[in-house]
Amino acid sequence: MLSQIIAVTGVSIRSIRQRLGSSSVAVIGIAGVVLVFVAVLSIAEGVNATMKASGDPDVVMVLRAGSDTEMTSGLAGDAVRIIQDAPGIARDASGTPLMSPELFVVVDHPLKRSGSPANVPLRGVTPEAFKVHDHMKIVEGRNIEFGRNEIIAGRAAARQFVGLNVGTNLKWGESTWTLVGIFEDKSSVSESELWCDVKVLQPAYRRGNSYQSVYARLTSPDAFQQLKDALTSNPQLTVSAMRAPEYYGSQTVTLQTIVRTIGGIIAILMGVGAVFGAVITMYTAVASRTREIATLRALGFGSVPVVVSVLAEAVFLAVIGGLIGGAVAWAAFDGYETATMNFQSFSQMAFQFAVTPKLLGMALFYAVIMGLFGGVLPAIRAARLPVVTALREL
Amino acid sequence: MKFFPIVWRNLLRRKFRTVFTIGAIFFAFMLFGVLMAIRSAFSMGVEMAGQGRLMVIDKVSIINPLPASYESQIKMVPGVTDITHANWFGGYYQDVRNQFPTFATDPESWLRVYSKEFELPEDQKKAFLANRTGAVVGADTAKKYGFKVGQKIPINGTIYQRPDHGPWEFTIEGIYDSKIKGADKTNLLFNYQYLRETIPERSGFRDRYNWYVFTIDNPDNAPQIAAKIDAMFANSPSETKTATEKQFVSDWAKQIGDIGKIMMWIVAMAMFTILLVAGNTMAQAIRERTNELAVLKTLGFGDGRILSMVLLESLVIALIGGGLGLALSYTFISLGGDPTHGLLPAFFFPTAALAAGVGLVFALGLASGFLPAWQASRLRIVDALRRN
Repeated sequence: MLSQIIAVTGVSIRSIRQRLGSSSVAVIGIAGVVLVFVAVLSIAEGVNATMKASGDPDVVMVLRAGSDTEMTSGLAGDAVRIIQDAPGIARDASGTPLMSPELFVVVDHPLKRSGSPANVPLRGVTPEAFKVHDHMKIVEGRNIEFGRNEIIAGRAAARQFVGLNVGTNLKWGESTWTLVGIFEDKSSVSESELWCDVKVLQPAYRRGNSYQSVYARLTSPDAFQQLKDALTSNPQLTVSAMRAPEYYGSQTVTLQTIVRTIGGIIAILMGVGAVFGAVITMYTAVASRTREIATLRALGFGSVPVVVSVLAEAVFLAVIGGLIGGAVAWAAFDGYETATMNFQSFSQMAFQFAVTPKLLGMALFYAVIMGLFGGVLPAIRAARLPVVTALREL
Repeated sequence: MKFFPIVWRNLLRRKFRTVFTIGAIFFAFMLFGVLMAIRSAFSMGVEMAGQGRLMVIDKVSIINPLPASYESQIKMVPGVTDITHANWFGGYYQDVRNQFPTFATDPESWLRVYSKEFELPEDQKKAFLANRTGAVVGADTAKKYGFKVGQKIPINGTIYQRPDHGPWEFTIEGIYDSKIKGADKTNLLFNYQYLRETIPERSGFRDRYNWYVFTIDNPDNAPQIAAKIDAMFANSPSETKTATEKQFVSDWAKQIGDIGKIMMWIVAMAMFTILLVAGNTMAQAIRERTNELAVLKTLGFGDGRILSMVLLESLVIALIGGGLGLALSYTFISLGGDPTHGLLPAFFFPTAALAAGVGLVFALGLASGFLPAWQASRLRIVDALRRN
């Protein structure tokens, strides 16, 4: 039995070369589906990766209670002073709390890709910010001098927006800023932002002595609950506290929902369409080999080896298609950087498409499933061929 | 048409293959529907935006509100016919995840400027204008949360805060609808005066609006009027940016960027791949009958008649599969609407795209039948008969 299966499968796989035309159509069909599947999901994966890089679990974010993003939050200077003394916040050697009150606004600035204006996030920070966001490093130029109208730009922001080079002057409203450096922050969301001195930004945006968020480094990961309780139970404050990963996880809910919902619909419709495509291809393959299969049956080969051989051929074609589709998706999309709207904060966020091994594995699995579904009906048909009429068939 | 029975018998000869070919075409055209809906969703309704309406925002950023005094100054510019304003409120119902676009505005002028987008029964409109704490809500949002006219609902703000940190209470005085396809029916509108009293004067945000919308008498004058307004407020603490609503919507859509475009590209690719497979099978079905066609020719059928019979056969397959696919996707998308429930209000299948889809169905049928029929008609009968 097994030797029959191997022999018949060998014949059908080897004879693919004679049916190159219709077989390659099936391969292309499945490759196309896999390509789309991987491409759509790599958007979601890429956004996810950027958000994961952004949230340091040892950092706590404080926002006004009821605000879901920094953009809509607001904390008065007095509140920031109270937060500073809360328990659980780490301090450096000199006793300064490792805490960064920040102001987050957006500026209208043209995008490189379309020339049309978009919202660039502009973040005002204090010198402590660089101790809290400790992965941040200047890769070109220098850091800002506090007290001056200077700006540093994230690497992704510099790539996405027009004219963000070291040494250029940027005029927004009544204030002019000099861009003095470019920074990296392990590919996190910060790299889509511009940073400047919060004390310079406050008057430029008529914010008085107010902030929008406070980032604080914890003494230990377990100190979170203590800090959260202290802040939320203080009657002078109406704030909410969350770990940074939790915050960043919530920031792309809208984008993820859109990509995954639409991606899901597309993948299902396309998958079924491709199975139909595979069915007709395999059907044609069986039809063109009718006499050959009938001859095998007449020689005494059982129906199981015939079924297996057709299925094997379908899966073989599907795997080739899957590999081609995955490889093309990887070559075309992996690492492709683009920016989109972060709906929660209203501003541009850069990310890279991520074609992960997990995604490729899933895609290949999907291809095999399509091959099996596509092969099963034609396989049964091949096995049921009445030998005598089939031999006579043209 | 006399020969339609022959065509029909040919289709039924390999039922299995015909059915699956039709199925593949069906799914390709379902995808076409989704593709067109994604396209309109990611353009954020740019086709619907008014050319005769202009928007004014702060030049630096829309988050900086403009002084209320600008209203009368803009209104005096020649050509400006009506003006209204809005503040983005960022409201949510009960849980911060239940967000929908919430605007504080001047109800009377807003409903004048957006009379087509916000259709409201006359009695509801009267009640809304009479009640300072009233609100109107879009039919989609009303349906999602079960809001009824007359109901009192608490809405929290993510941007603005009441002094007591509680929610604002609104009475739903009306539920608006719109006959415009793909119109955004998720908004909640309320009176700016109700918001104003909760904004502390010293904050500097009282009597400031995020944007103005005004109408002009002649859309052709839009660039000149926009330039005039921007010049009027140049070198002030609040410089302005004025452009048509269409321009703003299109810039907004571009901020979403490549993602929409990439999704559309890949769906289009998938669709054409499936069509390629189906088209090839249809062509194959005819190619393998070359000697039969030769028999027909021997019997005296002309080249033209054979060509039209073959074309008819592939057209029937394309029309059944494609027609069903278009009809079903059109119905599903029209009935189901936005699959993300409120994130993509402009997710709909435009009628113009439906026409393009029908064109594509015919193109598929003709293209897949034409090549093999043409090849067959060029063969000499003797050679064709000898073919196996």
